[in-house]
Amino acid sequence: MLSVSKALAVRVEDVHLTYRTTVERRRTLRHTLFTRQRSVFEVEALKGVSFDVPHGSVLGIVGANGAGKSTLVRTIAGILPPTSGRIEVHGRVSTLLSLGVGFNRNLTGRENVVLGGLAAGMSRDEVDARYQEIADFAELEDFMDVPMRTYSSGMYSRLAFAVAVHMDPDVLIIDEALSTGDARFRHKSSERMKKLCAEDRTIFLVSHALGSVKEMCTEAIWLHKGRMVMQGAPDDVVTSYTKFLKVGEDAITMEDL
Amino acid sequence: MSATETGRATADIVRVHTPYRKGLPNLRVYLKDLWDRRHFAVELSRTQIRSQHLNTVFGQLWLILNPLLLALVYFMLVLILGRGRGQHDYLPHIMAGLFLYYYFNACLRGGAGSVVGGGRLILNTAFPKALLPLSSVLVAAYRFMPTLLVFLALRLVKGDGLSWTMLWGVPVFVFLTIFGAGMAMLFATLNLYFRDVSNFLPYMLRLWLYLSPVLYFPEQLLNRLPPALDHVVVLANPLFAPLATWSRVMVQDVQPQPLYLLISACWAIAALVVGSYIFLSREREFAVRL
Repeated sequence: MLSVSKALAVRVEDVHLTYRTTVERRRTLRHTLFTRQRSVFEVEALKGVSFDVPHGSVLGIVGANGAGKSTLVRTIAGILPPTSGRIEVHGRVSTLLSLGVGFNRNLTGRENVVLGGLAAGMSRDEVDARYQEIADFAELEDFMDVPMRTYSSGMYSRLAFAVAVHMDPDVLIIDEALSTGDARFRHKSSERMKKLCAEDRTIFLVSHALGSVKEMCTEAIWLHKGRMVMQGAPDDVVTSYTKFLKVGEDAITMEDL
Repeated sequence: MSATETGRATADIVRVHTPYRKGLPNLRVYLKDLWDRRHFAVELSRTQIRSQHLNTVFGQLWLILNPLLLALVYFMLVLILGRGRGQHDYLPHIMAGLFLYYYFNACLRGGAGSVVGGGRLILNTAFPKALLPLSSVLVAAYRFMPTLLVFLALRLVKGDGLSWTMLWGVPVFVFLTIFGAGMAMLFATLNLYFRDVSNFLPYMLRLWLYLSPVLYFPEQLLNRLPPALDHVVVLANPLFAPLATWSRVMVQDVQPQPLYLLISACWAIAALVVGSYIFLSREREFAVRL
């Protein structure tokens, strides 16, 4: 589909994912006890998405709220099992998802970095070896030994980003996390991402910041209501997407959220 | 066959994610993943302990103060109710039993909350989730160790000294740990599907304490029951045999009954098999349920 010469990083084949929840319309004790039927609420988040991504590419994923972007990257990371379809991932995946990296706010930055690294499957030595690099990259200094509940949201995402890129990932998944850092840190992170790409790693970038998608990605896909509408060069995809949104490429959508 | 398969091809790791089906994941891969991340479980439980008493004046001293106060409260309760008056060894029996019982209690309560409370980690990282209930067991074990020291100190102060018989406490502890790990996995899963479990659990555990030979000696219960019910009590309550044996070897310096050890072992294996089957066969669905 894309450049054939490069090794395959991720193959997504006809992936469907349906969330099911039982909901009680009336949350009363009498209703719970005496009503047999509960309505099942189904959301088809992904309806047959397929694409291949070779190593060394930066894939931008754009789409309106509820398009299934976060669900898609979670299935690629192996966190959510698809309802049907198949996903093949070559290499170690590191995730930087929108909810933060599994961080416990009562623990210090240092403890969170160690736990995050160990949970992602690194050994104790690997974590220790990378710790200083991570701390330096996040520029948190003394805050590393303070509980994370005292962090600002910018500090939070800087640390999350630092952890994700230092996991030595073959596939890095970033879900709208770049938006909170300041301009300088954003520049630094895009430099780091370019470096990872140069090493033939693969990056998934989910973002509403169409400017960064155009600037950083080598490929883009546009999801709408669980279906893939378009796949192609970032410029083309972003142009069609903004045309679809009927807003045109004015300052508001180009600005990084 | 479900789950995520791993294979090594041309030096890179290939993972295939396929739809969730009820059933066990590839056990060999799963256990390897679990073993590779053992340091995570250790580190998680260590940080949990550290953060538990972070804002208190006494800090880690609470690990000793808690069991002492606990023993005091129940000792007073039993004195007031008038049971066991004149019984020799009464205080050591209560202490030994309470500490071991509360070890199991902590396994179960920590385990039940581990998956529900691990929400963010589960939504953001793919890892074998059995690590969460297992690290609650580790937390419980860390907290149990100081209470054991308190008990040994009491023995020394009373002039009982230590004896070789007390080594029988080791298998009892191991059986109870395995039983606790199985129950932790079972209740972690149950709690995810029926959140009511966490409301109901404290009462269940309180009742379980009263049904087990902690605040009374095992013989006191068995002597009062018709002989036909003896077996029912001993067999049906998984905590009866280990707690009775624990008091026997740790307090009374009497050799354990082999039957009681056998019963403890059987319950441990049963809980481990059932708990881990239910947990592992459903854990891939946990992220959707949170």
